[in-house]
Amino acid sequence: MLAVDQLSVFHGPIEAVHGISFNVAAGQCVSLLGPNGAGKTSTISAITGVVRATGRIEVDGEIMSDQPVESRILKGVSVAPEGRRVFANLSVEDNLKLGGAIVQNKANIRSDIAHWLQTFPVLGERRAQLAGTLSGGEQQMLAIARALMSRPKILLLDEPSLGLAPKIVAQIFDIIRHLKNEGMTILLVEQNATQALKLSDYSYLLNNGKIVAEGSAEKLGQSNELMAELTGIA
Amino acid sequence: MEYIVQQVINALAFGAEYALLALGLAIVFSIMGLVNFAHGEIIAVGGYTMVALGALMIGNPYIVIASAVVAAMFASVMLERFAFRPVRYADPTTGLLTAFGVSMILQNLFLLFVSPRPIAVTSLYFLDWPVNLFGVQVSSLQLFETGATALVIVALMLFLRRTTLGIAMRAAALDFEMVRLVGIRANRVFAVAFLVSGLLAGLACIFIMARRGSVDPHMGFNPVLKAFVACVVGGFGSLPGAVLGGFILGAVEVAMLVLLPQEYGGMKDAFVFGIIALLLIWRPNGILSPRIEKGDKV
Repeated sequence: MLAVDQLSVFHGPIEAVHGISFNVAAGQCVSLLGPNGAGKTSTISAITGVVRATGRIEVDGEIMSDQPVESRILKGVSVAPEGRRVFANLSVEDNLKLGGAIVQNKANIRSDIAHWLQTFPVLGERRAQLAGTLSGGEQQMLAIARALMSRPKILLLDEPSLGLAPKIVAQIFDIIRHLKNEGMTILLVEQNATQALKLSDYSYLLNNGKIVAEGSAEKLGQSNELMAELTGIA
Repeated sequence: MEYIVQQVINALAFGAEYALLALGLAIVFSIMGLVNFAHGEIIAVGGYTMVALGALMIGNPYIVIASAVVAAMFASVMLERFAFRPVRYADPTTGLLTAFGVSMILQNLFLLFVSPRPIAVTSLYFLDWPVNLFGVQVSSLQLFETGATALVIVALMLFLRRTTLGIAMRAAALDFEMVRLVGIRANRVFAVAFLVSGLLAGLACIFIMARRGSVDPHMGFNPVLKAFVACVVGGFGSLPGAVLGGFILGAVEVAMLVLLPQEYGGMKDAFVFGIIALLLIWRPNGILSPRIEKGDKV
């Protein structure tokens, strides 16, 4: 589904990611793990096209790397970005409406909104409330639901557990697991390696802009010193 | 009593015009952080369109009004496409200087290719006649102006609240990149912002022309200055702020005209801006300045 080849990402003159390659097969949940500053968010930003990058990004056989942001979304990429970035000045419902802006059929947008408000009952209760007044966990749910409104082929989740209380983190991971079970293809970026490993089919460990280890949860879990540090086993 | 009502209507009419102008600046600023100082020249484009129609002996008021508004909208969208798009993601200062540059180029084009002197446009004089409103003498133009502004505000509100593109424009004021990340084309959002801004300039042009009856290359300067002040007072980037700022500026101006003794009449603007300065000491970012935080904060 997603094939990334020799991806380098630049922030101004600084190269944050140095030629990494990885794959996400359809229906899989793959995670990019690593400490702060490893290049995880840079990688996500390169896939959506908001930062300068070289290398090849393919989604469903179609080359994305030379296309503007909007076309990539139109062709099936969707993101719940780091820091959630819900539209704080809009209602929950309007946030979802914008999430579905690329869906042509108005009836589909309405039924999708109804569907996600049912899946996330907290959001359903607050549909007319401004998104800025939601709690962190609720905003994260909204960011995920907004990303799903475009009916993506692949969902990019950037640090969905960041800054949330442990109980809420568990809820968010339940949601991700539920989406995976429904067949959604997911690329998950996380610092919370323990939780992420548990639900991922395959994981890559990033450090200083390079992939330093990869494998399934069991294999990766014990393989590496850095990994041990991240998961807190050491 | 009659006198007071009359001055209130004056203040409303002035305020309505300033609100119309300020909205045109604010809608572009809220989205791309650009103070479009070429907004005044867009108004002039509408005026010169009327001159051109006059030369062609076209006097039908509907055609004159519609052409001026359409010309202003077209000019505004063209400015976005050819002048502001290349500097869209550049530093705000670059955008500001571009706007000044465009404004000067347009003024000089009018100067070179039309005339440096004012040209009379009489086709809209018919909009202005005295009206007796419950025993108060007012001008029909004032009523049209206030009414048109009220209509525009309602229409703009409906557009921004009910349509996907309108909602996207409100979202873009907060986090433009995120709007692109849901797949809404940036070019479209910018084009519509400038289209709406041009429409507002075109409408303002109608009333300005009906009142002054002539065009000259520098006619846009004063309106855009008033619009800028109204935006600053109301809070730059806030649309309700632009409207509020416009009406405050109108009210203060009329109040100074009425209250200042004859011998200080020439200092009207000094007093007006003095009061505005006091307002800014009270609220340095403008009365309704939008919050600047992004994302998950309120």
